[in-house]
Amino acid sequence: MPTFVYMTRCDGCGHCVDICPSDIMHIDTTYRRAYNLEPNMCWECYSCVKACPQNAIDVRGYADFAPLGHSVRVDRDEDKGTIAWKVKFRNGTEKNFLSPITTKPWGTAIPKLKDLAGPTQEQRDSELLYNEPKYIRFDDGGLHTLESNGLTMKQGVYY
Amino acid sequence: MAYKTIIEDNIDVLVAGAGLGGTGAAFEARFWGQDKKIVIAEKANIDRSGAVAQGLYAINCYMGTRFGENNPEDHVQYARIDLMGMVREDLLFDMARHVDSTVHQFEEWGLPLMKDPEKGSYMREGRWQIMIHGESYKPIVAEAAKKSADKVYNRVCITHLLTDEAKENRIAGAVGFNVRTGDYHVFKSKTVICGAGGASNIFKPNSTGEGAGRVWYAPWSSGSAYGLMINAGAKMTQMENRIVLARFKDGYGPVGAYFLHLKTYTQNGLGEEFESTWWPGLQEMVGKEYLDPELAHKTHRPIPTCLRNHAMISEVNAGRGPIHMVTMEAFQDPHLEEVGWENFLGMTVGQAVLWAATDVDPKNENPELTTSEPYVMGSHATGSGAWCSGPGDISPPEYFWGYNRMMTIEGLFGAGDAVGGTPHAFSSGSFTEGRLAAKAACRYIDDGKAEGIVVSDKRIDELKEEIYKPMEHYKIYRNEVVAGDVNPNYINPRQGLDRLQKLMDEYCGGSTVNYMTNDKLLSIGLKKLKIMEEDLEKLAAKDFHELLRAWELKHRHRTSECVTQHTMFRKETRWPGYYYRGDAMKLDDENWHVLTVSRRDPETGEYTMEKAPCYHLVGEDE
Repeated sequence: MPTFVYMTRCDGCGHCVDICPSDIMHIDTTYRRAYNLEPNMCWECYSCVKACPQNAIDVRGYADFAPLGHSVRVDRDEDKGTIAWKVKFRNGTEKNFLSPITTKPWGTAIPKLKDLAGPTQEQRDSELLYNEPKYIRFDDGGLHTLESNGLTMKQGVYY
Repeated sequence: MAYKTIIEDNIDVLVAGAGLGGTGAAFEARFWGQDKKIVIAEKANIDRSGAVAQGLYAINCYMGTRFGENNPEDHVQYARIDLMGMVREDLLFDMARHVDSTVHQFEEWGLPLMKDPEKGSYMREGRWQIMIHGESYKPIVAEAAKKSADKVYNRVCITHLLTDEAKENRIAGAVGFNVRTGDYHVFKSKTVICGAGGASNIFKPNSTGEGAGRVWYAPWSSGSAYGLMINAGAKMTQMENRIVLARFKDGYGPVGAYFLHLKTYTQNGLGEEFESTWWPGLQEMVGKEYLDPELAHKTHRPIPTCLRNHAMISEVNAGRGPIHMVTMEAFQDPHLEEVGWENFLGMTVGQAVLWAATDVDPKNENPELTTSEPYVMGSHATGSGAWCSGPGDISPPEYFWGYNRMMTIEGLFGAGDAVGGTPHAFSSGSFTEGRLAAKAACRYIDDGKAEGIVVSDKRIDELKEEIYKPMEHYKIYRNEVVAGDVNPNYINPRQGLDRLQKLMDEYCGGSTVNYMTNDKLLSIGLKKLKIMEEDLEKLAAKDFHELLRAWELKHRHRTSECVTQHTMFRKETRWPGYYYRGDAMKLDDENWHVLTVSRRDPETGEYTMEKAPCYHLVGEDE
């Protein structure tokens, strides 16, 4: 559904311009506020809606198949690690949903591989990736291979 | 020209496009290349780019080997039957044997994966799918990539791959432009890992007007993976294998969780089960080996996705539409209702918006399903992409030339949609392919394969001129008319996209012709594409945003040409429900149990087509 921007709420900060994957949120040069310059290339992904600090961006369903009078609002809270949705139907029905977006504090759980000891020659020569064979086996064995699994590659018609 | 040139030199690993494949590549490259220079170029913002920008509610490729759920070969068998035999089983086995380490890593990074409270394993949606709260899937993997990369260039659209002028058929980097500043960017690099995307919007979409953005695959998936690699002269495979999706009507909300977890099912407009009525006729087209409903019922062997599409398309054509998803039973359970809604809010918000707008509450009403326009990509239930080498310990000689996931151009690697023959990789498999490509790229450099690369200033200047030509063209001709976009000297990117979509739809088997084509239609399509290529030389862009659209269009056009060539080459109907060759309506294993491989000569523009052997993974005594 194409996004649109409320004139009185937008302060032209440009967060939406910065994040839009489709490059369609731009700053209007007259009003110094954001707008959607190409609604038919909008995937209604809500990236800009979630990023807007002023809650100035909303979505109005595509005119060619969505009647007016609905709303789907979102509040993505990085500190709490949650996302809250409010769905309002044309007939007034309301539904609310809340989901986690992460289980760890941002920026803490992902290793910086440059700080680790580099791979050994043995690791380089193997087919293993970083941190393997952890998690890839039921038992204590190494990486699955054709030999270990009793397989071969054959030409011909197999189903 | 007034555009500034920015040269980034001495790069070891350049990641072109940072979706799930590209982020996997950038992250892993740092482990194998502690001192290597790793650079990312991404046309949007890496925090929300690629097909997973919006989030995902499931990871569709996870073996669960650790919990004794599946072995890699089980997944290969599944992908093989789903794609009617046409897959690269070496690449699939390789991806499947590594993918679990990727998924468990995601959990360590903070991605909320749902757990099965009884088993302690991840909550299964289906045999291969696990359920996640994936709203921040992309920001999380982006953080991993950013921690590994030396530099991330956001908003730089790669338009061309650079090839080496010292040694034939070797990569040398890439060029592009910044869609905000307009600067010209040159990346001189020993290797390139192509993580660019597949193609939406090359076939006319079912939606019109504003709704044209509500395509199934992201509208920013511009086929650049293919446009870049084909133009560089890389061999491509299975490009005819476009995919059509059965989805909730108009919003294209996903159906996986609905079928697998919520146990909803389909019926026709009369409230009847309809799929099985089409199986006998289909069996005559494809053979019992590919469609055996009794066996499918008894075992985990799936009925191929394309064949289920065929039943839906045929039922609607027989006048018994619309097809409904029966949700009213499942949605009475409040937990399942919540899962159904969160599934959309987590990855296809637009479907929730549409149901709110039309007062469709699936608790009280069974929503309509439809089949989409076709898409060209390589990580869902289809495997279009480049022809690349597999790993040394698995691949037969025809599939191996030294480095895992390296294309037929030395030093050019790929992941995700870029890699051909690996369907059902999805997000986790694409990330895993990126990791595999990164390790191989580092080894390629360490083996001294990238020494002495030459890129001349002349070549850099030529490409600069070519990139900005649409803007120059606009400046020259815009004042010849009073106002508006009608000009005898040029077309703009939107006008070009409309033309491309119309001709692909009508001549190459789009939705308005019920996915039907034949040799004659394809020949006409190719002729029109050729003429269109001449007009693309007269493309006009009034600003940098339109310049981005211009290059996306050029990549989509090249993708379309290759798709049409491949569709013409394969003289059979291998995937009824994806497309039909009216002049060869049967599956033909005698002549076409092969993979199709093409190469476009960058000098002449001519295509060479060949058949490559299809190897299958079988038990040692079979």
